[in-house]
Amino acid sequence: MATSLCNPEVRGLRANLEPTQRVESLTLLAVRALLRHRSGVAGLILTAFLVLVALLAPLLAPYDELEMHPADRFHPPSAAYWFGTDEFGRDIFSRIVMGSRISVSVAFISIAIATAIGVLVGLVAGYAEGWFDALTMRFFDFLLAFPAILLAIVILAIMGPGALNAMLAVAIVNIPAFARLMRANVLAEKGKDYVEAARAIGARPARILFRTILPNTVSTLLVQITVSMASAVLLESALSFLGLGTPLPRASWGTMLSIGRGYLPLAPWYGIFPGLAITFLVMGFYLLGDGLRDALDPRRQKLRR
Amino acid sequence: MGKYVLKRLLQMIPALFLVSVAVFSITHLIPGDPAQIIAGPNATDAQLAALRAQFGLDKPLWVQYLIWLQHVLQGDLGKSFINNVPAATLLRYRIPATVELAVASTLVAVLIAFPLGILAALKPGSLADFSCTLFSALSFAIPGFWLAILLILLFSLALGWLPPSGRPVLAEDPVGHLKALVMPALTLGIGIAAKLTRYLRSSMLDVLHQDYICTARAKGLQERIILVRHALPNALIPVVTVLGLQVGDLLSGAIIVESVFAWPGVGRLTIQAVGWRDYSILQANVLFIVLAFMVVNLLTDLTYAWIDPRIRYE
Repeated sequence: MATSLCNPEVRGLRANLEPTQRVESLTLLAVRALLRHRSGVAGLILTAFLVLVALLAPLLAPYDELEMHPADRFHPPSAAYWFGTDEFGRDIFSRIVMGSRISVSVAFISIAIATAIGVLVGLVAGYAEGWFDALTMRFFDFLLAFPAILLAIVILAIMGPGALNAMLAVAIVNIPAFARLMRANVLAEKGKDYVEAARAIGARPARILFRTILPNTVSTLLVQITVSMASAVLLESALSFLGLGTPLPRASWGTMLSIGRGYLPLAPWYGIFPGLAITFLVMGFYLLGDGLRDALDPRRQKLRR
Repeated sequence: MGKYVLKRLLQMIPALFLVSVAVFSITHLIPGDPAQIIAGPNATDAQLAALRAQFGLDKPLWVQYLIWLQHVLQGDLGKSFINNVPAATLLRYRIPATVELAVASTLVAVLIAFPLGILAALKPGSLADFSCTLFSALSFAIPGFWLAILLILLFSLALGWLPPSGRPVLAEDPVGHLKALVMPALTLGIGIAAKLTRYLRSSMLDVLHQDYICTARAKGLQERIILVRHALPNALIPVVTVLGLQVGDLLSGAIIVESVFAWPGVGRLTIQAVGWRDYSILQANVLFIVLAFMVVNLLTDLTYAWIDPRIRYE
């Protein structure tokens, strides 16, 4: 079956003959397309690597993130301290490894919250239309009138700075995009025959929304999720850089850069490595999103290859 | 055209109303009593009551909102809790710096994006195309504040060409002023150029495959003229929207870039206001930024008609 899937004729034939197998085959096809997509694979490797680093952080970090070595303040990168040390003689490599936990969890948790709320609101708004649709969409339009970072700053000014609040602010900022995407998806799908059919056999709205329409919009949703994860990492690091996110002495990449900026003449490495880490993680999600977009859209697949 | 502008301005009113409610709410959503914040921790109850009366904080919320709105409409945006300077005065000093930075960054972005985007579209799959893709991916992934640090490391610390921060007064030190502008404008401009390059490339690719380009070639026009007279104006229409929408990114970016380079603009003032818990200044800044965002969006739509005579607003 694996080889025959590559042949579009056989694929079409199978689609007609074996309707029950089709869903699985499409997923498989998408995975194969992603694995053939050069930048998609690069993104997948980069993301997987950094997620693994975050999971195994305490095992990988050679020192404790808070352990000070007063004799080795601003020690340049060396065999003992791969990325050098900071103003307290803490190992920057260990702090970056531990800091990955903050960035990776912001990417996953904030976007999980934003996806859950945004998708729910978007599904209901698109399906029900009427006042609920008008009200929520005008509200999201209004949120979108604020530049994202300004909105996050205002939210943090209200809730108070901190790691958890920064995560929530990043989530809130991302909700409108998911809600609008889902609403558009539902509006496009709900007039189609398969939804009519589901309605005709007496499926209730909740079943139609979650079991019938939602699975058919997963591909656009996945792309939006990965792209949002990239911007979530950027936003959290910016908030931390501005002193509104993760408080000291914990190592967040943004906070490290904000402190390191003050010591650039003494310790240029302090201003380089945390930024490199941010760039790698964001690049990973970005490339993965790019790959998914092409892999999940059959028209683009042919165009790109 | 005049009618259309009027209609758009009228449409802005409900959005402005929501924005004003939100901005007004900032001080009231903050945990703690504004009177307490102003008076400090050692204030007596009588002092607090006097302050509440002075600022009208003892009146119902909607009355407070109307009073605040009346003041805002008269140009009175409140005073700084810290040094009692009117917010409007602070903004008046800060806006020119932000506008200067925004204009310079847009110029940088256009200077990078236009040649790169057009070259990439003319030869898809070429080295120029690849560097276009690489450039836009990189400048998306590199956070502005890190790019700023890298530029400081290179141009200030390693080469010693440019000052790492500040903004000398133009009249007193014109060269120093321009030098100080280079790095903030580069940082912000490169970020904007990323999206612009991508849009210009795809828009140009679309246009180059249109029939009228084929016709122009068939009648023997020079490739240069086809590009400048036929392709570019049409490719620019969607790009102008993107450029207009980038103003949001420009303002967001300014918040960070101004902080890194100690550029005395509205963005840096916003962060300072949050740090100092100076909420009337924060209110004034948020109001200004959102208003600027909306006005530029309107201007963007009007620019279409100027670029593309087919678009007529009724």
